[in-house]
Amino acid sequence: MTETTLPHPTTAAPAVALRDAAITIRGRQILSDVSLTIPQGEFVAVLGPNGAGKSTLMKAILGLVPLAAGSIDVLGRPPQQARAQIGYLPQRQTFDAATRVRGIDLVSLGLDGARWGVPVPLTPRARRRRRDERRRVAEVIELVGAAGYAHRAVGELSGGEQQRLLIATALVRRPRLLILDEPLDSLDLPNQAAVAGLIRRVASTEDVAVLLVAHDVNPLAAYLDRVVYLAGGHALCGDVNEVINAPTLSDLYGTQIEVLRTSDGRLVVVGHPEAPHHHGHRHG
Amino acid sequence: MSATPTLSPNPIADLRQLFTFPFMVNALAAGTIVAVLAGIVGWYVVLRRQTFASHTLSVMAFPGATGAALAGLPAALGYYVACTVGAVAIGRFGGGTARRQGESAVIGTVQTVGLAAGFLFLSLNQAVLGGPETLLFGTFLGITRGQVIVLLLVAIGALITLTALARPLVFASVDREVARAGGVPVAALDALFLIVLGLAIAATSQLTGALLVFALLVAPAAAAQQLTLRPVAGLVLSVAFALLTIWLALAIAYFSIYPVGFYVTTIGFVIYLLARLAGAKRR
Repeated sequence: MTETTLPHPTTAAPAVALRDAAITIRGRQILSDVSLTIPQGEFVAVLGPNGAGKSTLMKAILGLVPLAAGSIDVLGRPPQQARAQIGYLPQRQTFDAATRVRGIDLVSLGLDGARWGVPVPLTPRARRRRRDERRRVAEVIELVGAAGYAHRAVGELSGGEQQRLLIATALVRRPRLLILDEPLDSLDLPNQAAVAGLIRRVASTEDVAVLLVAHDVNPLAAYLDRVVYLAGGHALCGDVNEVINAPTLSDLYGTQIEVLRTSDGRLVVVGHPEAPHHHGHRHG
Repeated sequence: MSATPTLSPNPIADLRQLFTFPFMVNALAAGTIVAVLAGIVGWYVVLRRQTFASHTLSVMAFPGATGAALAGLPAALGYYVACTVGAVAIGRFGGGTARRQGESAVIGTVQTVGLAAGFLFLSLNQAVLGGPETLLFGTFLGITRGQVIVLLLVAIGALITLTALARPLVFASVDREVARAGGVPVAALDALFLIVLGLAIAATSQLTGALLVFALLVAPAAAAQQLTLRPVAGLVLSVAFALLTIWLALAIAYFSIYPVGFYVTTIGFVIYLLARLAGAKRR
Protein backbone atom coordinates (compact mmCIF):
# COMPACT_ATOMS: atom_id res chain seq x y z
CA MET A 1 0.00 0.00 0.00
CA THR A 2 1.94 2.99 -1.22
CA GLU A 3 1.18 6.39 0.19
CA THR A 4 3.17 8.58 -2.16
CA THR A 5 1.19 11.79 -1.98
CA LEU A 6 2.59 14.19 -4.54
CA PRO A 7 1.90 17.77 -3.54
CA HIS A 8 -0.50 19.29 -6.08
CA PRO A 9 0.08 22.85 -7.23
CA THR A 10 -3.40 24.06 -6.22
CA THR A 11 -4.38 21.85 -3.34
CA ALA A 12 -2.54 19.13 -1.52
CA ALA A 13 -5.63 16.98 -0.92
CA PRO A 14 -5.50 13.64 -2.75
CA ALA A 15 -8.15 12.89 -5.37
CA VAL A 16 -9.42 9.96 -3.32
CA ALA A 17 -8.45 8.82 0.17
CA LEU A 18 -10.05 5.83 1.89
CA ARG A 19 -9.15 4.81 5.43
CA ASP A 20 -10.25 1.43 6.76
CA ALA A 21 -13.37 1.72 4.63
CA ALA A 22 -16.03 -1.01 4.64
CA ILE A 23 -19.11 -1.26 2.45
CA THR A 24 -22.12 -3.40 3.31
CA ILE A 25 -25.07 -3.82 0.98
CA ARG A 26 -28.25 -5.44 2.30
CA GLY A 27 -26.35 -7.06 5.13
CA ARG A 28 -23.67 -8.52 2.87
CA GLN A 29 -20.16 -7.23 3.34
CA ILE A 30 -18.75 -6.24 -0.05
CA LEU A 31 -15.47 -4.65 1.01
CA SER A 32 -13.64 -4.13 4.28
CA ASP A 33 -10.41 -2.57 5.55
CA VAL A 34 -9.86 -0.69 2.32
CA SER A 35 -7.19 1.98 2.70
CA LEU A 36 -5.83 3.70 -0.35
CA THR A 37 -4.77 7.09 -1.61
CA ILE A 38 -5.01 8.31 -5.19
CA PRO A 39 -3.04 11.52 -5.77
CA GLN A 40 -4.49 14.18 -8.07
CA GLY A 41 -3.82 13.84 -11.77
CA GLU A 42 -3.00 10.12 -11.72
CA PHE A 43 -4.35 7.48 -14.07
CA VAL A 44 -5.40 4.47 -11.99
CA ALA A 45 -6.99 1.19 -13.07
CA VAL A 46 -9.39 -0.57 -10.70
CA LEU A 47 -9.03 -4.30 -11.34
CA GLY A 48 -10.41 -7.52 -9.93
CA PRO A 49 -12.72 -10.42 -10.73
CA ASN A 50 -16.46 -10.06 -11.31
CA GLY A 51 -18.36 -9.30 -8.14
CA ALA A 52 -15.26 -8.06 -6.31
CA GLY A 53 -17.00 -4.75 -5.63
CA LYS A 54 -15.35 -2.53 -8.23
CA SER A 55 -18.53 -0.70 -9.26
CA THR A 56 -19.66 -0.52 -5.63
CA LEU A 57 -16.39 1.14 -4.63
CA MET A 58 -16.88 3.68 -7.43
CA LYS A 59 -20.40 4.41 -6.19
CA ALA A 60 -19.03 4.97 -2.69
CA ILE A 61 -16.54 7.47 -4.09
CA LEU A 62 -19.45 9.18 -5.86
CA GLY A 63 -21.36 9.31 -2.58
CA LEU A 64 -24.14 7.06 -3.92
CA VAL A 65 -23.38 4.23 -1.49
CA PRO A 66 -22.66 4.90 2.22
CA LEU A 67 -19.72 3.41 4.08
CA ALA A 68 -20.38 0.94 6.88
CA ALA A 69 -17.11 1.84 8.55
CA GLY A 70 -14.01 3.96 8.01
CA SER A 71 -13.82 7.19 6.09
CA ILE A 72 -13.65 8.44 2.55
CA ASP A 73 -12.47 11.80 1.25
CA VAL A 74 -12.79 12.92 -2.32
CA LEU A 75 -10.68 15.95 -3.22
CA GLY A 76 -10.41 16.67 0.49
CA ARG A 77 -14.16 16.64 1.12
CA PRO A 78 -16.99 14.20 1.82
CA PRO A 79 -18.06 12.54 -1.46
CA GLN A 80 -21.43 14.29 -1.75
CA GLN A 81 -19.79 17.69 -1.57
CA ALA A 82 -17.24 16.74 -4.20
CA ARG A 83 -19.85 15.53 -6.70
CA ALA A 84 -19.72 18.63 -8.88
CA GLN A 85 -16.02 17.95 -9.42
CA ILE A 86 -16.42 14.32 -10.44
CA GLY A 87 -17.06 13.23 -14.00
CA TYR A 88 -18.73 9.81 -14.09
CA LEU A 89 -19.26 7.32 -16.87
CA PRO A 90 -21.36 4.41 -15.56
CA GLN A 91 -21.00 0.82 -16.61
CA ARG A 92 -23.35 0.57 -19.53
CA GLN A 93 -24.67 -0.90 -22.67
CA THR A 94 -24.16 1.15 -25.79
CA PHE A 95 -26.85 3.49 -27.11
CA ASP A 96 -29.21 1.59 -29.34
CA ALA A 97 -29.65 2.47 -32.97
CA ALA A 98 -32.89 4.37 -32.37
CA THR A 99 -31.24 7.01 -30.16
CA ARG A 100 -31.92 10.13 -32.20
CA VAL A 101 -29.65 12.53 -30.35
CA ARG A 102 -26.51 14.14 -31.71
CA GLY A 103 -23.18 13.57 -30.03
CA ILE A 104 -22.70 17.28 -29.55
CA ASP A 105 -26.04 17.54 -27.72
CA LEU A 106 -25.03 14.66 -25.47
CA VAL A 107 -21.80 16.44 -24.56
CA SER A 108 -23.70 19.70 -23.97
CA LEU A 109 -26.03 17.89 -21.57
CA GLY A 110 -22.95 16.90 -19.60
CA LEU A 111 -22.35 20.62 -19.13
CA ASP A 112 -25.84 22.04 -18.48
CA GLY A 113 -28.18 19.03 -18.41
CA ALA A 114 -28.87 19.43 -14.70
CA ARG A 115 -29.94 23.07 -15.05
CA TRP A 116 -33.65 23.91 -14.88
CA GLY A 117 -35.43 26.10 -17.36
CA VAL A 118 -34.59 26.96 -20.93
CA PRO A 119 -31.50 28.94 -21.83
CA VAL A 120 -32.46 32.32 -23.25
CA PRO A 121 -29.31 34.44 -23.24
CA LEU A 122 -30.64 37.98 -22.85
CA THR A 123 -27.78 39.79 -21.17
CA PRO A 124 -24.28 40.18 -22.64
CA ARG A 125 -23.00 38.18 -19.70
CA ALA A 126 -25.33 35.29 -20.47
CA ARG A 127 -24.33 35.43 -24.12
CA ARG A 128 -20.66 35.32 -23.19
CA ARG A 129 -21.30 32.38 -20.90
CA ARG A 130 -23.15 30.62 -23.71
CA ARG A 131 -20.24 31.22 -26.05
CA ASP A 132 -17.76 29.92 -23.49
CA GLU A 133 -19.86 26.81 -23.00
CA ARG A 134 -20.06 26.15 -26.73
CA ARG A 135 -16.31 26.57 -26.97
CA ARG A 136 -15.78 24.15 -24.10
CA VAL A 137 -18.03 21.54 -25.76
CA ALA A 138 -16.09 21.88 -29.02
CA GLU A 139 -12.81 21.67 -27.10
CA VAL A 140 -13.56 18.36 -25.37
CA ILE A 141 -15.00 16.88 -28.57
CA GLU A 142 -11.74 17.81 -30.26
CA LEU A 143 -9.75 16.41 -27.35
CA VAL A 144 -11.34 12.95 -27.65
CA GLY A 145 -11.08 13.05 -31.43
CA ALA A 146 -14.84 12.99 -32.03
CA ALA A 147 -15.13 16.15 -34.14
CA GLY A 148 -15.73 14.12 -37.29
CA TYR A 149 -18.94 12.54 -36.07
CA ALA A 150 -20.25 14.74 -33.25
CA HIS A 151 -23.12 15.95 -35.43
CA ARG A 152 -24.42 12.48 -36.19
CA ALA A 153 -26.95 10.53 -34.10
CA VAL A 154 -25.13 8.66 -31.32
CA GLY A 155 -27.20 5.55 -32.07
CA GLU A 156 -25.58 5.30 -35.51
CA LEU A 157 -22.02 5.42 -34.18
CA SER A 158 -19.68 2.54 -33.38
CA GLY A 159 -18.98 1.47 -29.80
CA GLY A 160 -15.60 3.21 -29.82
CA GLU A 161 -17.07 6.45 -31.17
CA GLN A 162 -19.85 6.39 -28.58
CA GLN A 163 -17.30 5.77 -25.84
CA ARG A 164 -15.23 8.78 -26.89
CA LEU A 165 -18.32 11.00 -26.83
CA LEU A 166 -19.26 9.67 -23.39
CA ILE A 167 -15.77 10.44 -22.12
CA ALA A 168 -16.15 13.95 -23.53
CA THR A 169 -19.51 14.23 -21.72
CA ALA A 170 -17.89 13.23 -18.44
CA LEU A 171 -15.03 15.70 -19.02
CA VAL A 172 -16.88 18.76 -20.17
CA ARG A 173 -17.44 20.27 -16.71
CA ARG A 174 -13.68 20.24 -15.99
CA PRO A 175 -13.86 17.64 -13.22
CA ARG A 176 -10.86 17.02 -10.98
CA LEU A 177 -11.68 13.32 -10.85
CA LEU A 178 -12.98 11.12 -13.65
CA ILE A 179 -14.57 7.77 -12.83
CA LEU A 180 -14.98 5.45 -15.82
CA ASP A 181 -16.72 2.14 -15.16
CA GLU A 182 -15.52 -0.41 -17.72
CA PRO A 183 -15.24 1.98 -20.66
CA LEU A 184 -13.18 -0.56 -22.62
CA ASP A 185 -15.56 -3.45 -22.17
CA SER A 186 -17.57 -3.12 -25.36
CA LEU A 187 -14.58 -2.27 -27.56
CA ASP A 188 -12.39 -4.35 -29.85
CA LEU A 189 -8.67 -4.53 -29.10
CA PRO A 190 -7.39 -1.71 -31.34
CA ASN A 191 -10.07 0.56 -29.91
CA GLN A 192 -9.23 -0.51 -26.34
CA ALA A 193 -5.62 0.54 -26.90
CA ALA A 194 -6.66 3.79 -28.57
CA VAL A 195 -9.11 4.75 -25.82
CA ALA A 196 -6.57 3.84 -23.11
CA GLY A 197 -4.03 6.14 -24.78
CA LEU A 198 -6.66 8.84 -25.08
CA ILE A 199 -7.46 8.65 -21.37
CA ARG A 200 -3.76 8.91 -20.51
CA ARG A 201 -3.57 12.05 -22.65
CA VAL A 202 -6.73 13.46 -21.07
CA ALA A 203 -5.38 12.87 -17.56
CA SER A 204 -2.30 14.93 -18.42
CA THR A 205 -3.79 17.74 -20.50
CA GLU A 206 -6.86 18.26 -18.32
CA ASP A 207 -4.94 17.54 -15.11
CA VAL A 208 -7.65 15.20 -13.89
CA ALA A 209 -7.28 12.02 -11.83
CA VAL A 210 -8.82 9.02 -13.59
CA LEU A 211 -10.20 5.90 -11.93
CA LEU A 212 -10.88 3.34 -14.63
CA VAL A 213 -12.62 0.07 -13.83
CA ALA A 214 -11.37 -2.72 -16.08
CA HIS A 215 -11.25 -6.47 -16.45
CA ASP A 216 -7.96 -6.59 -18.25
CA VAL A 217 -4.89 -4.63 -17.25
CA ASN A 218 -3.04 -5.33 -20.49
CA PRO A 219 -4.37 -2.65 -22.83
CA LEU A 220 -3.82 -0.14 -20.01
CA ALA A 221 -0.54 -1.27 -18.46
CA ALA A 222 1.69 1.04 -20.46
CA TYR A 223 -0.29 4.13 -19.48
CA LEU A 224 -1.09 3.58 -15.80
CA ASP A 225 0.36 5.36 -12.79
CA ARG A 226 -0.94 2.65 -10.48
CA VAL A 227 -3.56 -0.04 -10.03
CA VAL A 228 -6.12 -0.79 -7.35
CA TYR A 229 -6.79 -4.52 -7.19
CA LEU A 230 -9.94 -5.79 -5.46
CA ALA A 231 -10.39 -9.42 -4.45
CA GLY A 232 -11.67 -11.37 -1.48
CA GLY A 233 -13.34 -8.28 0.00
CA HIS A 234 -10.09 -6.34 0.24
CA ALA A 235 -8.07 -3.97 -1.87
CA LEU A 236 -4.45 -3.39 -2.78
CA CYS A 237 -3.00 -0.27 -4.29
CA GLY A 238 0.36 0.22 -5.95
CA ASP A 239 2.11 0.28 -9.31
CA VAL A 240 1.38 -2.51 -11.78
CA ASN A 241 4.34 -4.76 -10.97
CA GLU A 242 4.09 -4.16 -7.26
CA VAL A 243 0.50 -5.46 -7.18
CA ILE A 244 0.17 -7.91 -10.06
CA ASN A 245 2.62 -10.56 -8.95
CA ALA A 246 2.15 -14.05 -7.56
CA PRO A 247 2.90 -13.48 -3.84
CA THR A 248 0.87 -10.27 -3.52
CA LEU A 249 -2.21 -11.56 -5.32
CA SER A 250 -2.03 -14.96 -3.58
CA ASP A 251 -2.11 -13.07 -0.31
CA LEU A 252 -5.06 -10.94 -1.42
CA TYR A 253 -7.15 -13.83 -2.78
CA GLY A 254 -6.10 -16.14 0.07
CA THR A 255 -5.36 -18.87 -2.47
CA GLN A 256 -2.46 -19.81 -4.76
CA ILE A 257 -2.28 -17.41 -7.69
CA GLU A 258 0.16 -17.42 -10.57
CA VAL A 259 1.05 -14.42 -12.67
CA LEU A 260 2.51 -15.25 -16.05
CA ARG A 261 4.19 -12.85 -18.40
CA THR A 262 3.80 -13.66 -22.07
CA SER A 263 6.60 -13.09 -24.56
CA ASP A 264 4.94 -9.87 -25.74
CA GLY A 265 4.85 -8.55 -22.18
CA ARG A 266 1.20 -9.23 -21.37
CA LEU A 267 0.27 -10.20 -17.82
CA VAL A 268 -1.93 -13.22 -17.23
CA VAL A 269 -3.38 -13.95 -13.80
CA VAL A 270 -4.11 -17.65 -13.30
CA GLY A 271 -5.66 -19.65 -10.53
CA HIS A 272 -8.30 -17.60 -8.81
CA PRO A 273 -11.65 -19.24 -8.16
CA GLU A 274 -13.78 -17.23 -10.53
CA ALA A 275 -12.70 -17.58 -14.17
CA PRO A 276 -11.42 -14.11 -14.91
CA HIS A 277 -11.85 -12.20 -18.12
CA HIS A 278 -8.32 -11.11 -18.21
CA HIS A 279 -6.69 -14.11 -19.63
CA GLY A 280 -8.15 -13.92 -23.05
CA HIS A 281 -5.84 -15.44 -25.63
CA ARG A 282 -6.04 -12.28 -27.56
CA HIS A 283 -3.13 -10.41 -28.95
CA GLY A 284 -2.75 -6.68 -28.66
CA MET B 1 -76.02 22.51 -38.50
CA SER B 2 -79.05 23.13 -40.63
CA ALA B 3 -77.65 22.11 -43.99
CA THR B 4 -74.67 19.98 -44.87
CA PRO B 5 -71.83 22.34 -45.76
CA THR B 6 -70.60 21.96 -49.29
CA LEU B 7 -67.35 22.89 -50.95
CA SER B 8 -67.57 25.76 -53.40
CA PRO B 9 -65.05 26.49 -56.16
CA ASN B 10 -63.93 29.54 -54.17
CA PRO B 11 -61.39 28.51 -51.51
CA ILE B 12 -61.60 31.86 -49.69
CA ALA B 13 -65.35 31.44 -49.29
CA ASP B 14 -64.79 27.88 -48.09
CA LEU B 15 -62.30 29.10 -45.53
CA ARG B 16 -64.72 31.78 -44.36
CA GLN B 17 -67.43 29.16 -44.12
CA LEU B 18 -65.25 27.23 -41.64
CA PHE B 19 -65.47 30.09 -39.17
CA THR B 20 -69.20 30.73 -39.53
CA PHE B 21 -70.47 28.49 -36.77
CA PRO B 22 -69.39 28.86 -33.14
CA PHE B 23 -69.06 25.07 -32.77
CA MET B 24 -66.48 25.07 -35.56
CA VAL B 25 -64.59 28.03 -34.10
CA ASN B 26 -64.47 26.16 -30.78
CA ALA B 27 -63.27 23.01 -32.56
CA LEU B 28 -60.50 24.91 -34.36
CA ALA B 29 -59.42 26.65 -31.15
CA ALA B 30 -59.41 23.36 -29.23
CA GLY B 31 -57.54 21.64 -32.08
CA THR B 32 -54.88 24.35 -32.14
CA ILE B 33 -54.31 24.20 -28.38
CA VAL B 34 -54.23 20.42 -28.39
CA ALA B 35 -51.85 20.25 -31.35
CA VAL B 36 -49.29 22.55 -29.71
CA LEU B 37 -49.47 20.59 -26.46
CA ALA B 38 -49.41 17.14 -28.09
CA GLY B 39 -46.60 18.15 -30.46
CA ILE B 40 -44.31 19.14 -27.59
CA VAL B 41 -45.27 16.41 -25.10
CA GLY B 42 -45.10 13.87 -27.95
CA TRP B 43 -41.53 14.87 -28.77
CA TYR B 44 -40.55 13.81 -25.25
CA VAL B 45 -42.65 10.63 -25.49
CA VAL B 46 -40.76 9.54 -28.61
CA LEU B 47 -37.40 10.49 -27.07
CA ARG B 48 -38.25 8.56 -23.88
CA ARG B 49 -39.87 5.66 -25.78
CA GLN B 50 -42.97 5.83 -23.65
CA THR B 51 -45.44 5.23 -26.44
CA PHE B 52 -46.87 2.14 -24.77
CA ALA B 53 -47.38 3.98 -21.48
CA SER B 54 -49.07 6.81 -23.36
CA HIS B 55 -51.32 4.39 -25.17
CA THR B 56 -52.42 3.05 -21.81
CA LEU B 57 -53.09 6.52 -20.48
CA SER B 58 -55.17 7.29 -23.55
CA VAL B 59 -57.22 4.14 -23.02
CA MET B 60 -57.82 5.37 -19.45
CA ALA B 61 -59.63 8.35 -20.94
CA PHE B 62 -62.46 6.02 -21.96
CA PRO B 63 -63.51 4.80 -18.48
CA GLY B 64 -62.84 8.32 -17.26
CA ALA B 65 -65.35 9.88 -19.60
CA THR B 66 -67.98 7.17 -19.26
CA GLY B 67 -67.56 7.03 -15.48
CA ALA B 68 -67.97 10.79 -15.18
CA ALA B 69 -71.10 10.70 -17.31
CA LEU B 70 -72.50 7.91 -15.15
CA ALA B 71 -71.87 10.02 -12.05
CA GLY B 72 -73.54 12.99 -13.71
CA LEU B 73 -70.29 14.95 -14.08
CA PRO B 74 -68.84 16.57 -17.21
CA ALA B 75 -67.04 14.04 -19.41
CA ALA B 76 -64.03 16.38 -19.68
CA LEU B 77 -63.52 16.17 -15.92
CA GLY B 78 -63.50 12.39 -16.25
CA TYR B 79 -60.78 12.60 -18.91
CA TYR B 80 -58.49 14.69 -16.73
CA VAL B 81 -59.05 12.70 -13.53
CA ALA B 82 -58.68 9.26 -15.13
CA CYS B 83 -55.54 10.14 -17.08
CA THR B 84 -53.88 11.75 -14.06
CA VAL B 85 -54.74 8.80 -11.81
CA GLY B 86 -53.45 6.44 -14.52
CA ALA B 87 -50.22 8.45 -14.75
CA VAL B 88 -49.68 8.29 -11.00
CA ALA B 89 -50.42 4.55 -10.99
CA ILE B 90 -47.96 3.82 -13.79
CA GLY B 91 -45.35 6.03 -12.15
CA ARG B 92 -45.85 4.35 -8.79
CA PHE B 93 -46.09 0.71 -9.87
CA GLY B 94 -44.84 0.63 -13.43
CA GLY B 95 -41.22 -0.15 -12.61
CA GLY B 96 -38.20 2.06 -12.09
CA THR B 97 -36.85 3.25 -15.40
CA ALA B 98 -38.50 4.86 -18.33
CA ARG B 99 -37.31 2.01 -20.50
CA ARG B 100 -38.78 -0.64 -18.24
CA GLN B 101 -42.02 1.27 -17.81
CA GLY B 102 -42.64 0.72 -21.50
CA GLU B 103 -42.58 -3.03 -21.08
CA SER B 104 -44.19 -3.49 -17.74
CA ALA B 105 -47.00 -5.98 -17.36
CA VAL B 106 -48.56 -3.50 -14.94
CA ILE B 107 -49.23 -1.17 -17.83
CA GLY B 108 -50.95 -3.85 -19.87
CA THR B 109 -53.09 -4.82 -16.92
CA VAL B 110 -54.14 -1.26 -16.14
CA GLN B 111 -55.02 -0.80 -19.79
CA THR B 112 -57.29 -3.85 -20.03
CA VAL B 113 -59.09 -3.12 -16.77
CA GLY B 114 -59.60 0.47 -17.86
CA LEU B 115 -61.10 -0.54 -21.17
CA ALA B 116 -63.41 -3.07 -19.51
CA ALA B 117 -64.51 -0.60 -16.84
CA GLY B 118 -65.27 1.95 -19.52
CA PHE B 119 -67.41 -0.55 -21.36
CA LEU B 120 -69.29 -1.37 -18.12
CA PHE B 121 -69.96 2.32 -17.33
CA LEU B 122 -71.17 2.77 -20.88
CA SER B 123 -73.57 -0.18 -20.65
CA LEU B 124 -74.94 1.14 -17.37
CA ASN B 125 -75.50 4.50 -18.99
CA GLN B 126 -76.41 3.81 -22.61
CA ALA B 127 -79.15 6.42 -22.70
CA VAL B 128 -76.93 9.41 -21.93
CA LEU B 129 -73.89 8.63 -24.05
CA GLY B 130 -75.43 6.97 -27.06
CA GLY B 131 -72.56 4.84 -28.29
CA PRO B 132 -68.88 4.37 -27.61
CA GLU B 133 -67.79 5.62 -31.02
CA THR B 134 -67.26 9.28 -30.20
CA LEU B 135 -65.44 8.48 -26.97
CA LEU B 136 -63.14 6.00 -28.66
CA PHE B 137 -62.72 7.59 -32.07
CA GLY B 138 -63.34 11.26 -31.46
CA THR B 139 -65.63 14.04 -32.55
CA PHE B 140 -65.30 17.75 -33.17
CA LEU B 141 -68.94 18.49 -32.55
CA GLY B 142 -70.19 19.94 -29.33
CA ILE B 143 -66.96 21.35 -27.95
CA THR B 144 -68.00 24.16 -25.66
CA ARG B 145 -66.31 27.47 -24.97
CA GLY B 146 -65.79 26.35 -21.37
CA GLN B 147 -63.99 23.23 -22.60
CA VAL B 148 -61.71 25.37 -24.77
CA ILE B 149 -60.80 27.59 -21.81
CA VAL B 150 -60.00 24.58 -19.63
CA LEU B 151 -57.89 23.12 -22.47
CA LEU B 152 -55.99 26.38 -22.70
CA LEU B 153 -55.31 26.48 -18.94
CA VAL B 154 -54.20 22.83 -18.87
CA ALA B 155 -51.93 23.41 -21.88
CA ILE B 156 -50.35 26.51 -20.33
CA GLY B 157 -49.72 24.66 -17.06
CA ALA B 158 -48.25 21.64 -18.81
CA LEU B 159 -46.02 23.73 -21.08
CA ILE B 160 -44.70 25.88 -18.21
CA THR B 161 -43.82 22.68 -16.36
CA LEU B 162 -42.09 21.23 -19.41
CA THR B 163 -40.15 24.46 -19.98
CA ALA B 164 -38.84 24.32 -16.43
CA LEU B 165 -37.90 20.66 -16.78
CA ALA B 166 -36.58 20.90 -20.33
CA ARG B 167 -32.87 20.08 -20.08
CA PRO B 168 -32.88 17.73 -17.07
CA LEU B 169 -35.75 15.82 -18.68
CA VAL B 170 -33.86 15.44 -21.96
CA PHE B 171 -30.73 14.44 -20.02
CA ALA B 172 -32.60 11.83 -17.97
CA SER B 173 -34.31 10.54 -21.12
CA VAL B 174 -31.11 10.18 -23.13
CA ASP B 175 -28.78 8.85 -20.45
CA ARG B 176 -30.47 8.10 -17.17
CA GLU B 177 -27.43 6.89 -15.22
CA VAL B 178 -25.16 9.75 -16.20
CA ALA B 179 -27.94 12.23 -15.46
CA ARG B 180 -28.51 10.71 -12.03
CA ALA B 181 -24.80 10.89 -11.27
CA GLY B 182 -24.86 14.53 -12.36
CA GLY B 183 -27.47 15.35 -9.71
CA VAL B 184 -30.63 15.15 -11.85
CA PRO B 185 -33.57 13.78 -9.79
CA VAL B 186 -34.51 11.18 -12.40
CA ALA B 187 -37.27 9.41 -10.42
CA ALA B 188 -39.09 12.66 -9.65
CA LEU B 189 -38.80 13.67 -13.31
CA ASP B 190 -40.31 10.34 -14.40
CA ALA B 191 -43.32 10.85 -12.17
CA LEU B 192 -43.80 14.49 -13.10
CA PHE B 193 -43.53 13.82 -16.82
CA LEU B 194 -46.13 11.05 -16.61
CA ILE B 195 -48.59 13.49 -15.04
CA VAL B 196 -47.92 16.07 -17.76
CA LEU B 197 -48.38 13.26 -20.28
CA GLY B 198 -51.67 12.22 -18.65
CA LEU B 199 -52.99 15.80 -18.88
CA ALA B 200 -51.89 16.13 -22.51
CA ILE B 201 -53.61 12.88 -23.36
CA ALA B 202 -56.80 13.87 -21.55
CA ALA B 203 -56.80 17.09 -23.56
CA THR B 204 -56.07 15.41 -26.87
CA SER B 205 -58.56 12.59 -26.48
CA GLN B 206 -61.45 15.06 -26.23
CA LEU B 207 -60.94 15.67 -29.94
CA THR B 208 -59.43 12.47 -31.26
CA GLY B 209 -61.12 9.98 -28.96
CA ALA B 210 -59.31 7.65 -26.60
CA LEU B 211 -57.95 5.28 -29.23
CA LEU B 212 -56.68 7.79 -31.79
CA VAL B 213 -54.63 10.04 -29.48
CA PHE B 214 -51.49 8.70 -31.11
CA ALA B 215 -52.23 10.47 -34.36
CA LEU B 216 -51.51 13.80 -32.67
CA LEU B 217 -49.21 12.73 -29.86
CA VAL B 218 -46.77 10.35 -31.50
CA ALA B 219 -47.00 10.59 -35.29
CA PRO B 220 -45.96 14.28 -35.62
CA ALA B 221 -43.13 13.88 -33.09
CA ALA B 222 -41.88 10.67 -34.67
CA ALA B 223 -41.96 12.35 -38.10
CA ALA B 224 -40.02 15.33 -36.72
CA GLN B 225 -37.34 13.09 -35.22
CA GLN B 226 -36.90 11.41 -38.59
CA LEU B 227 -36.06 14.77 -40.13
CA THR B 228 -33.87 16.46 -37.55
CA LEU B 229 -31.65 15.57 -34.63
CA ARG B 230 -31.68 19.07 -33.18
CA PRO B 231 -33.91 19.34 -30.12
CA VAL B 232 -35.34 22.81 -30.80
CA ALA B 233 -35.90 22.17 -34.51
CA GLY B 234 -37.49 18.83 -33.60
CA LEU B 235 -39.94 20.45 -31.19
CA VAL B 236 -40.87 23.15 -33.72
CA LEU B 237 -41.39 20.60 -36.52
CA SER B 238 -43.40 18.34 -34.24
CA VAL B 239 -45.79 21.17 -33.34
CA ALA B 240 -45.99 22.23 -37.00
CA PHE B 241 -46.93 18.70 -38.09
CA ALA B 242 -49.51 18.39 -35.32
CA LEU B 243 -51.09 21.73 -36.30
CA LEU B 244 -51.12 20.76 -39.98
CA THR B 245 -52.74 17.45 -39.08
CA ILE B 246 -55.53 18.84 -36.94
CA TRP B 247 -56.32 21.85 -39.14
CA LEU B 248 -56.51 19.77 -42.31
CA ALA B 249 -58.52 17.06 -40.55
CA LEU B 250 -61.03 19.54 -39.11
CA ALA B 251 -61.44 21.31 -42.44
CA ILE B 252 -62.01 18.07 -44.33
CA ALA B 253 -64.32 16.69 -41.64
CA TYR B 254 -66.39 19.86 -41.79
CA PHE B 255 -67.18 19.31 -45.44
CA SER B 256 -67.60 15.56 -45.20
CA ILE B 257 -69.89 13.13 -43.46
CA TYR B 258 -67.11 10.91 -42.14
CA PRO B 259 -65.58 11.16 -38.64
CA VAL B 260 -62.71 13.52 -37.83
CA GLY B 261 -60.73 10.74 -36.14
CA PHE B 262 -60.20 9.01 -39.45
CA TYR B 263 -58.81 12.15 -41.08
CA VAL B 264 -56.55 12.99 -38.14
CA THR B 265 -55.09 9.51 -38.18
CA THR B 266 -54.67 9.31 -41.93
CA ILE B 267 -53.01 12.71 -42.24
CA GLY B 268 -50.73 11.94 -39.29
CA PHE B 269 -49.80 8.64 -40.89
CA VAL B 270 -49.08 10.21 -44.28
CA ILE B 271 -46.87 12.88 -42.70
CA TYR B 272 -44.95 10.20 -40.79
CA LEU B 273 -44.56 8.11 -43.93
CA LEU B 274 -43.24 11.05 -45.96
CA ALA B 275 -40.86 12.01 -43.15
CA ARG B 276 -39.53 8.46 -42.98
CA LEU B 277 -38.93 8.40 -46.70
CA ALA B 278 -37.21 11.79 -46.59
CA GLY B 279 -35.17 10.74 -43.56
CA ALA B 280 -34.09 7.48 -45.19
CA LYS B 281 -33.04 9.32 -48.32
CA ARG B 282 -30.86 11.73 -46.34
CA ARG B 283 -28.99 8.98 -44.49
